[in-house]
Amino acid sequence: MSTMMKYEQKALKVVGTRPLRPDGVDKVTGRARYAADYNLPGQLIGKVLRSPHAHARIKSIDTSAAEALPGVKAVVTREDFPDLPVEYAASGELTINFHDVTRNMMAREKVFYDGHPVAAVAAISGSIASKALKLIKVDYEVLPHVIDVVEAMRPDAPLLHEEQYTEGVTPKPDRPSNVAKRMVFARGDLEAGFKQADLIVEREFNTKPVHQGYIEPQACLASYTEDGQAELWTATQGHFVFRAQCAKVLQMDVSKIRVTPTEIGGGFGGKNNIYNEPLAIALSRKSHRPVKMVMTREEVFRATGPTSGANVKVKMGCTRDGRITAADAELNFQAGAFPGSSVAMASMCTFTRYDLANVRVVGNDVTVNRPKVAAYRAPGAPIAVFGVESVIDEMAKRLGIDPIEFRLKNAAREGTRTYYGPTLGTIGYVETLERAKAHPNYSAPLGPNQGRGVATGFWFNIGNETSAALNVNEDGTVTLVLGTVDVAGGSRASMAMMVAEELGIDVDKVRPIIGDTSSLGFNFITAGSRGTFASGMASVLTARQAIEKLRQRVARIREVPVDDVVWKDGWARPADGCVKPFAPMSLAEIAKVAGKTGGTIAGHAEINAQGAGPGFGTHIVDVEVDRLTGLIKIVRYTVVQDVGKAIHPAYVEGQLQGGTVQGIGWALNEEYVYGADGVLQNPGFLDYRVPVASDMPFIDTVIVEVPNPNHPYGVRGCGEVPIISPMAAIANAVESAIGIRLCEQPMSPPRVLEAIEADKARSGARA
Amino acid sequence: MSEMRYEAPETLAAAVALLSGAKGRARVLAGGTDLLIQMRAGRIEPELLVDIKGIPEMTSIVAENGGYRVGAAVTCMELVEHSAFAQAWPGVTDGVKLIGSIQVKGRATVGGNLCNASPAADSVPAMMAAGAVVRIVGPDGTREAPVEDIPTGPGKTSLARNEIVASFLLPPRPRHSGDAYLRFTPRTEMDIAVVGAGVNLSLDDRGICTRARIALCAVAERAVLVPDAAAVLIGTPVDGAALDRLAAAASAACRPIDDKRGTKAFRIQVAGVIARRAAEIALHRARRLS
Amino acid sequence: MARHHVTATVNGDPVEFLCETQQTLLEVLRDELRLTGTKEGCGTGDCGACTVTVDGRLVCSCLVLGVEARGKSIQTIEGMQTGKELHPLQRKFLEHAALQCGICTPGILIAARSLLERNPDPTEEEVRYWLAGNLCRCTGYHKVVEAVLDAARELRGG
Repeated sequence: MSTMMKYEQKALKVVGTRPLRPDGVDKVTGRARYAADYNLPGQLIGKVLRSPHAHARIKSIDTSAAEALPGVKAVVTREDFPDLPVEYAASGELTINFHDVTRNMMAREKVFYDGHPVAAVAAISGSIASKALKLIKVDYEVLPHVIDVVEAMRPDAPLLHEEQYTEGVTPKPDRPSNVAKRMVFARGDLEAGFKQADLIVEREFNTKPVHQGYIEPQACLASYTEDGQAELWTATQGHFVFRAQCAKVLQMDVSKIRVTPTEIGGGFGGKNNIYNEPLAIALSRKSHRPVKMVMTREEVFRATGPTSGANVKVKMGCTRDGRITAADAELNFQAGAFPGSSVAMASMCTFTRYDLANVRVVGNDVTVNRPKVAAYRAPGAPIAVFGVESVIDEMAKRLGIDPIEFRLKNAAREGTRTYYGPTLGTIGYVETLERAKAHPNYSAPLGPNQGRGVATGFWFNIGNETSAALNVNEDGTVTLVLGTVDVAGGSRASMAMMVAEELGIDVDKVRPIIGDTSSLGFNFITAGSRGTFASGMASVLTARQAIEKLRQRVARIREVPVDDVVWKDGWARPADGCVKPFAPMSLAEIAKVAGKTGGTIAGHAEINAQGAGPGFGTHIVDVEVDRLTGLIKIVRYTVVQDVGKAIHPAYVEGQLQGGTVQGIGWALNEEYVYGADGVLQNPGFLDYRVPVASDMPFIDTVIVEVPNPNHPYGVRGCGEVPIISPMAAIANAVESAIGIRLCEQPMSPPRVLEAIEADKARSGARA
Repeated sequence: MSEMRYEAPETLAAAVALLSGAKGRARVLAGGTDLLIQMRAGRIEPELLVDIKGIPEMTSIVAENGGYRVGAAVTCMELVEHSAFAQAWPGVTDGVKLIGSIQVKGRATVGGNLCNASPAADSVPAMMAAGAVVRIVGPDGTREAPVEDIPTGPGKTSLARNEIVASFLLPPRPRHSGDAYLRFTPRTEMDIAVVGAGVNLSLDDRGICTRARIALCAVAERAVLVPDAAAVLIGTPVDGAALDRLAAAASAACRPIDDKRGTKAFRIQVAGVIARRAAEIALHRARRLS
Repeated sequence: MARHHVTATVNGDPVEFLCETQQTLLEVLRDELRLTGTKEGCGTGDCGACTVTVDGRLVCSCLVLGVEARGKSIQTIEGMQTGKELHPLQRKFLEHAALQCGICTPGILIAARSLLERNPDPTEEEVRYWLAGNLCRCTGYHKVVEAVLDAARELRGG
C-alpha cells in the first residue's frame, strides 16, 4: 500500500526560511565524523588486490605466502563467498542482480576490468597489508577486451559473459552478446510523422564515462563478533540497502547486521553500492578483529562505478513553424562489467519535455570491460538530453525560431501523456521556460567569439519506502529519527523545518538525526531526489501522529472531549464554541507531565511514498571560445528550475549550483582515458579534470515553485535536474559562438580545435 | 621500505657525503611534491632521504653582480613573494606561479621542478630563456652549467647521483628587457602544461629586438630552446609578421607525443599560438620596463 | 623498525609522536594525534582536503613527511576557533550555506584564512585562484566564494 498526501496551501512560518543547518557547526570545526575517522581498538587494516588486466580468466589464486607473512591476520578470495543465483532487487534508481553483485565485489571465474577485486587481506598495518598483496600469486589467462560501446555491440566483439543473450529481442538470439538488454518505448506512427516534417535533423553523439567525483573515498569499518553479529560503519547513501546486500552476499540474517551511516563526503549516486563492506565484514569474521578499509583515490577511479559512456543517435522532424512531428532516438549505453546501466531511465527522459504524437526510443544496455556503472545524479538523462536538446537547437536555428519559443510551442504541460505511460500532473516546465526568457541573461549583449545556449531537463524524482520516528522529550524539545541518509543536501534540516512547522515550534527545538538500521524500519536509498520528498512526507506524518496523541493526552488531563482540543502554534487550546474551556497547555508543559500521564508522546511512520513530482529546468549559458586553442570559457550561467517548494531556499540553490557545475565538468573536461591495453590512465584528480574554483563564474539561480499536489508542502525534489542540461546548453552556446556543432563529449580543447580546423578545411574547400 | 632513513644535513658537503655513501639509493628531499607521490605509487623506493631544506645557501635569494642567485630549495611561494625578483624576472615568476596550487607552491622548489625533469615543468622554459646558470655541488667540488643542460629526458638529468643543484644564477637585465611564460591547460589551474613557452627578449632604444631566447616545454622529451624562433625576432620591431614567423618556428620545433593530456597535432598547433602570446607579453614588458 | 621521535606544536599545543620516515604529516595528524578534521581526498596534492599550515605556510599535509614537522608550528581546522568563538570564516560558511557534505570544508577554511591574512580585500578572481587547489564537488564554489568575500568584509570592519 502506498502513501500519498495532498498539498495544503497555507501561511508558513518556518518552511521557506534559512536557518543554519544542524550538522553545520560540526562540519566547519572538523568534528563531524566521516567513515575514515572511525577507529576501534585492535583494528586491522584491510586492502584489496585488484586485477591489472581489463579482461582475463582466473586460472588460480595462491594466497599462501601472503597468509604466512607476519602481521597478516586474514586473507579472503572468491572461496570465502558463496556463489549467488540470479536475483533482482531495486537499489536507488537502478536495479541490481545478486549474481553480479557478488562477482563485482570479488571476482569469481573472470576479471572484467582493470581494478576488479581478486583478493583482500587484513593486517596489523597498512604497509604490511600492502606487502601481503604483492605476495598473492594470481595466474591469469589474459583475454581480448572491449571498452567502446559501439565496438562492444558488434557481433565479433570480445565477449564478456558467455551466458548473456540479449533480452527484449524476439526471437531469442542464438548467439550470446555484449548487448544485455534492448528496450523500446514507442507511440504513434514514426514514418507518418517524418513524412509530415518540413525539416528533418539527424545527428549522432558520443559521450565518455565520467565519475561522480565525490571528494571522500569510500571507507568502512566492520566488526564481526563471535556471536555472529556484525557492526558496520560506512559512507553510504542507503544503510538499509547496504545491510540487505551484505546480508545476502555473506548469507547472514538481516537483523544480525547493524549498519551506521557515517557522515558522508559526497555520493551523487556513487555510494549506492557495496564495494569493500562485505570484504571488511568477511575479513573481520576470519580474523576475529575489527577491520578498517579505506579506498585510495586511485581505487575509487579504477573500481567504483562511474556513469556510462554512450553512443546516441537522434532523428527529429518538425514543420516549418516549429511543431515537432516525429522524434526517434537510439541510446547505446555502457553498463560496465555487468548489465544494469541507466539506459531505461534515460530512455524515459529523452523526449518527455515535449508533447509528441510520434515517438520512439530504443535503448541498449551493453557490457564492456570497465567498472560496473553506478548511478550519477539523474542517471543517464544528461546523455540522452545532450543529443535531443542539441537537435532541437539545430532545428530552431535552421528555421529562424527563438530556441525558447520553439520549446514553448512543443512543451509538455499538465495532462500531457508521456510516451512511456503515465500522464503528467501539475508541472512547471512552461514556467521555467518563460522565466528564462524574461531573465536578463537571455538578452544581455555578447562580445566577440561569444555565444549563448539554452537547454532544458526533466527528471521523475521518486518516493519509496521510508520510515521515521519522532519523540517529544521531557522538556518539550523534539528528536526526529530519520532513516534517509542526508547526502549533504541538507535534507535533515528541511525535515526538522517541516516538523517545526507542523508542531508550531521553533526549528531549533527539533533535533534531527539519522538513525542506524536498528532504529527504524526500512528506508530506501537517498537517490532519485527522494530525500526531502519522501522523508519529508514521513516526518510530517510523524508530527501529525504526535499531534493526535497530544490532543488525546490534553483531553485526558483537562477532562474534556478530544474534539474540543485543537493544536495551534505549539499549544493545545480549546476549540471555538467548546462546552468547557480549559487552560491551554504548551508542548513543554505536556511533555513535563507526559511520564505520569501515560508515557512519552511519540509519532512514527512507515510508508511507501508515492506522488513524487517531476522536476523541470531551463538553463542559459554564455560561453567564449578561443578559436586558436579550442578553449571554452563559461562566461555566465543561469539556472531556472521548478522545485515545487523550496523548504530551505539556500539548500535548493546549493543543489542547483552544485549539479550545474558537475554538468559543466562533464561537458568540458571530464572523461576516463584508457590505454590500448584497457588500463585506466587517469585514476586521479590531476588528469581526471573536475572544475576548480577559478574555472567557474557565479551560477545564478531562479527558483520556480509550482507546488507538487501530492506533498503536504508541495515538495518536488530538486537535486538531479540541474546536472541534465549543461552539456547540451554549452554545445548550443558553442554553436552560437563559432557556428560549429560539437557532438562529442567532453568538449575538451583538442576536440574543439580539431572541429574548428576541420570546419576551416571544409569552408576552404568550398571557397 | 620499512627501513627508509631520513637525514637533514646542515651543509652541502654533508649532503653530498650522504648521497655518495648511499651509492645511488638515496634521494634528495626538497619540497617533496613529486618525490612523495612517486614513493606512494611505488615507483621509487629510496633507502635514504636527504632533506636539504636546512642548508642556508639553498634557501636564500640574494642579489649578485647585478643579477640574482636563487637557492635551489627556495619554495615557489617564497620566490613569488620576493617583489624585487618578481619585478626583474616577471616571466620566470609567471612560470613558478603556475606550479600546482598555493599549497603545492608552499613546498615545491625551483630546484626540484628542474631536477624532477618532467618535460612539462613550468619553471624551466622561462629559466632557459633567461639564460639561468646552475651551480652544482658534488664530491669533486663545484661546477656551473646552463640550466638547459640538466634535463636529458622524462625523469632523467645529467647529474650524477651524488650531485646537488645548489642554486640558480640569473644574469643582470639589459635595459628594455622583458620575459614571459605562458602555457596551455584545459582548466585555469591545477593542470600539467600541455604546451608551455618561455620568451625573454631585449630591445634597443629604437625598439628593435637585439636579443631573444625562446624555450618550449611539453613538446619534446625535455624542454627545448628554439634558436630559430629567437632568430626571427632579432633585428625586427617584433611586429605581427615577425610574431607569425616566431609561431611557425615554434610549431616546427616540436617533437611531441600523444598522451592523455594532448595529441601531437594539438601540441604542435598550440605551441605556435602560445609562443606568440608569450612573446607579446614579453614585448609589452620590455617596452614598459624602460 | 626505527621510528623518528618528533616534537612539534599543533594548534598552539606541544605535541610529541613517533613516526616512520614515509609516514606523511596527514597520516600523523589523523592516526597518531587523532586529529581527524584534516581529510584525505586523494593523497597526491590534487584536492586540498588535507590543507594545513606549517609555520604559517599553506601546504597539503599529504605531501609533507611527519618527520619534517620537527620543531614546526602546525595549524589545523581544530585550532581555527578561539574557545567557543567560531572564526568569522566558519560563521560565514554557516550563514551562507557554503558547505554541503563538508568533506572539503576544513581544507577550504584553512586556505581561506591564509588568503585573508595576506590579502584582506581580495577580488572574486583572487579568491577563486587562491582556492583553486581546494576541490569541491557539492557546491559549485558559488556560496564558498560569497562566504569568503563576506568574511573578508567583516574582518576589515565593514
